[in-house]
Amino acid sequence: MSVSELFEEARTGLKSLFVGLGITGKAFCQPQVTVIYPKEEVDNLSTFRGHVELVGKEDDPSVPRCVACGACVKACPSDCLTILCPVPAKEGQEDAPVVMGPAPQKGSKTPGAVIVDFSLCSLCGQCAKTCPVDSLRFSDNPYMVALDRKEFRIDLMARLKRQAEEE
Amino acid sequence: MSPDLLSFDHPLTRLVVGLLCVFAFVGLNGLVLVWVERKVAGHVQLRPGPLHVGPYGLLQPIVDAVKLVGKQLAMPAGADKYLYWAAPLLAFAPVTVCFLPLPFDPDLAPMRLNIGLVLILAFSGLGVLSLILAGWGSNNKWGLLGAARAVAQSVAYEVPLLLAVMSVAITAGSLDLYEITGKQGGWPWQWYGVQNPLAFFIFLVCAVAETNRAPFDLPEAESELTAGFHTEYSGMGFGLFFLAEYANMIVVSGVAAALFLGGWQGPFMSGILWFLVKVYAILLLMIWMRWTYPRVRFDQLLNLSWKWLTPLAIIDLALVVIIKGIGG
Repeated sequence: MSVSELFEEARTGLKSLFVGLGITGKAFCQPQVTVIYPKEEVDNLSTFRGHVELVGKEDDPSVPRCVACGACVKACPSDCLTILCPVPAKEGQEDAPVVMGPAPQKGSKTPGAVIVDFSLCSLCGQCAKTCPVDSLRFSDNPYMVALDRKEFRIDLMARLKRQAEEE
Repeated sequence: MSPDLLSFDHPLTRLVVGLLCVFAFVGLNGLVLVWVERKVAGHVQLRPGPLHVGPYGLLQPIVDAVKLVGKQLAMPAGADKYLYWAAPLLAFAPVTVCFLPLPFDPDLAPMRLNIGLVLILAFSGLGVLSLILAGWGSNNKWGLLGAARAVAQSVAYEVPLLLAVMSVAITAGSLDLYEITGKQGGWPWQWYGVQNPLAFFIFLVCAVAETNRAPFDLPEAESELTAGFHTEYSGMGFGLFFLAEYANMIVVSGVAAALFLGGWQGPFMSGILWFLVKVYAILLLMIWMRWTYPRVRFDQLLNLSWKWLTPLAIIDLALVVIIKGIGG
């Protein structure tokens, strides 16, 4: 390293120190964003990332837009999504009871069950990003508490139905 | 006839009263600074900081202190008993002596010494000995590494610190802090810190390093050494190190205020108020820096001292000597 480079590095380094002080100094004067939780609560939770939930169709909010393609299951890095669809019956066995299998299944365009295991989810959002019909989004419930991790296996279809009924 | 022992003119009486006042001052400032530190940290990170214990969390440091006092004093097996317990005492004791030559006010300098500056530098050098003893006596590898770092860091930064201080001492022609303060004026352009900003800058950087404050807190670096030299200390063993750090901060801020910012002198109403304002401004700057900068790597720390600060301090000292020589 030449002498001029050395001095240039020292100059930019010194400048960065003052820039840093400026940033924290500004933060010092800004109003705090932390809320003293039990006494106060925030209401603008639109940017909050809760577990994923299904988006209903516009004409029937209790039916998901999901087409059971299984792209979200494939995209999920932590294997927390499960989509089950009816397996098409073999010829001659049309009367047999319906068996559910992992999506995608031939001929099935609606999911039988969508389950998210929130205890595994890292909230990366890959599922919502890859969904071709925008059927997944983050929920905004920050108050999720349970005593057992099994309670974090959430049936999203049932949840969507419940939400549609409440509206 | 020598003055009566009970009279305030007796040097021993003055020393005892001065030391008692210094202890009270250090203790009180420790409490205040802990609160300020946590509040500044909070506000820099856009959160409120302590707030539940007392109004604005003002009683929080007292609660912390009570908790510290209440904790059991433990010593690891295989530790050197005498060194282990001597270390925290040795960390705290010399710092109190450093307060004695500080001129708080024209009428309030606990001890006027014509070598006050040398006394402070000598006794603050003892601080590193306590870190070595703590690290060595703990029988713990993190403690030992912290102690080794403390030595390298302290030795590295003492050199430019002394050179920066020397340039001011030469300008003023004295080693007495009282006299150096008196040679400056009340207005900023009469301060040595404004007349010789390079020395002031070097002194500030070295002061932060010598007090083991972030970004130079490598002897205790919690991310790599758990807590460095004080890993094994509990309760007030740790508390004394903690208090010594704050006391050290006040000493270096006091020295900086006296040497570079005109001490007690202000444009109007000269007195202790100005001194405290300047000391607290520097303390606030040090706390502000702690919550801004990340910890440096050890080679960066040593490079900064040997490659930049020491040569700069030598150049500055040479310039001061030349100017002083020309000016007579």
